[in-house]
Amino acid sequence: MLVVEGLRAAYGRIEVLHGIDIEIHSGEIVTVVGANGAGKTTLLKTIVGAQPVAGGTITFRGENISAVPGFRRLARGLALSPEGRQIFTNLSVEENLRLGAYLYTDTRVDKDMDDAFAMFPVLREKRNLNAGGLSGGQQQMLAIARALMGRPSCLLLDEPSMGLAPLLVAQIFEVVKSLKALGVTVLLVEQNAFGALSVADRGYVMETGMIVLSGTGRELIENPRIRESYLGL
Amino acid sequence: MMSDFLQFAVSGVTVGAVYALIALGFTLIYNASDVVNFAQGEFVMLGGMGTVFALQAGLPLPLAALIAVMGTAMIGIAFNKLAIERARNAPIVSLIIITIGASIFLQGVVQVVFGKGIHRLPAFSGDEPLRLLGATITPQSLWVIGGALVVFAALYLFFTRTITGLAVLATANNRFAARLAGIDTDFMMTLSFGVSAAIGALAGVLISPITLTSYQVGVPLALKGFAAAMLGGMGNPKGALVGGVLLGVLEAMTAGYLSSHYKDAVAFIVILVLLSVKPQGLFGLRTVNRV
Repeated sequence: MLVVEGLRAAYGRIEVLHGIDIEIHSGEIVTVVGANGAGKTTLLKTIVGAQPVAGGTITFRGENISAVPGFRRLARGLALSPEGRQIFTNLSVEENLRLGAYLYTDTRVDKDMDDAFAMFPVLREKRNLNAGGLSGGQQQMLAIARALMGRPSCLLLDEPSMGLAPLLVAQIFEVVKSLKALGVTVLLVEQNAFGALSVADRGYVMETGMIVLSGTGRELIENPRIRESYLGL
Repeated sequence: MMSDFLQFAVSGVTVGAVYALIALGFTLIYNASDVVNFAQGEFVMLGGMGTVFALQAGLPLPLAALIAVMGTAMIGIAFNKLAIERARNAPIVSLIIITIGASIFLQGVVQVVFGKGIHRLPAFSGDEPLRLLGATITPQSLWVIGGALVVFAALYLFFTRTITGLAVLATANNRFAARLAGIDTDFMMTLSFGVSAAIGALAGVLISPITLTSYQVGVPLALKGFAAAMLGGMGNPKGALVGGVLLGVLEAMTAGYLSSHYKDAVAFIVILVLLSVKPQGLFGLRTVNRV
């Protein structure tokens, strides 16, 4: 579904992605784990077009989308729930969700919003409140729900567990697993390697802008090097 | 006594309605781009001057006004496309300086093309004043106040009832997230400049029968509109309305009870005091972000 080949990206003269190759098949949950500063967020931003491609290609559903403007990629089925949530803090919870479905005006928008509220009941309670006043965990739920309102076939999640209490982290990973049942393909980027590899079908390990290891979630969890460097075991 | 007060209030609200429209123009562009557009006053000037010359060319007044407003909207859009968008990655201060440059440029062009003369537009529905509790109201005042109310109501509906309005607010709040949601943020900028220029031009059309117009009426109006926007809280349409009317009434009361020499001074002193107490203005947002 999503094929990234030899992808390079740079901030000014400093190259931060040095030729990334990853592939995600339809219906999979794939994770990219790695330390802070490995380039994981840049990888996701480049895939959705928020960061220009400096080399290589991004092929989504058989089409090279490397040159498609960022705001047009959601219409093709690619959504990102960004790092740091990036919700619209001055707008209400419901307005945030409505904007997630900006591309649509049909009746399915209301149904999707009901589904989002069913997935995250706390958002229904706070639907008319300013999103900036939500707790960190609620903002994360809103960010995921808003991305889902865009009806993605492939959802990119950037550090959804960051800064959350352990109970909420577990809840977020449950949600990620449940996306599979909805037929959404997931690319999950995490520093919480154990949580991510546990829910993922396959995983990639990223270090300083390069993929250094890949395998199924189980293989990577059992890999001695991963256990030592990323799982602290 | 009472009739004096009412008289000052009426003229204050009339001028205030114009300030409010200009402040609204500032607010729309500021929200979409963080830029304080000091060429906002030139849009007012272009609206008035454009109507004058379209009228002299033999067009009926409504058509002349429409052409002036649409033409100014086009100039606003071109200004965004040719100057602001190209400098998108420059610091905000540079963008603000570009708007000052645009202001000087537009004045220069109008001065060369239309001359330095002072022009007046005929009042829309005659000059016969209406009497209300001892105060006189010119019909043109009602046009100004009514026009401002219609514009504010229309924009209120636009921002609260339409998905495009919501998308403009989203662009203002978080451009990155807006693009992720599929919003064409460049178009939202273009839209903001176009609407902002049209509102400025409309203010110019409405007020020219009362205050006259020339190539250099823009700058003082921009300063007043900017002050009104700051007073109400930059970036808030409601603040633009309240700030504009407040500033107009303050000026009119000072001119009426004290002396017209002091009206600008008193208005600005009140603003300085208020902003030192409440720097974000009356309705300014103090954004709270949770981490």
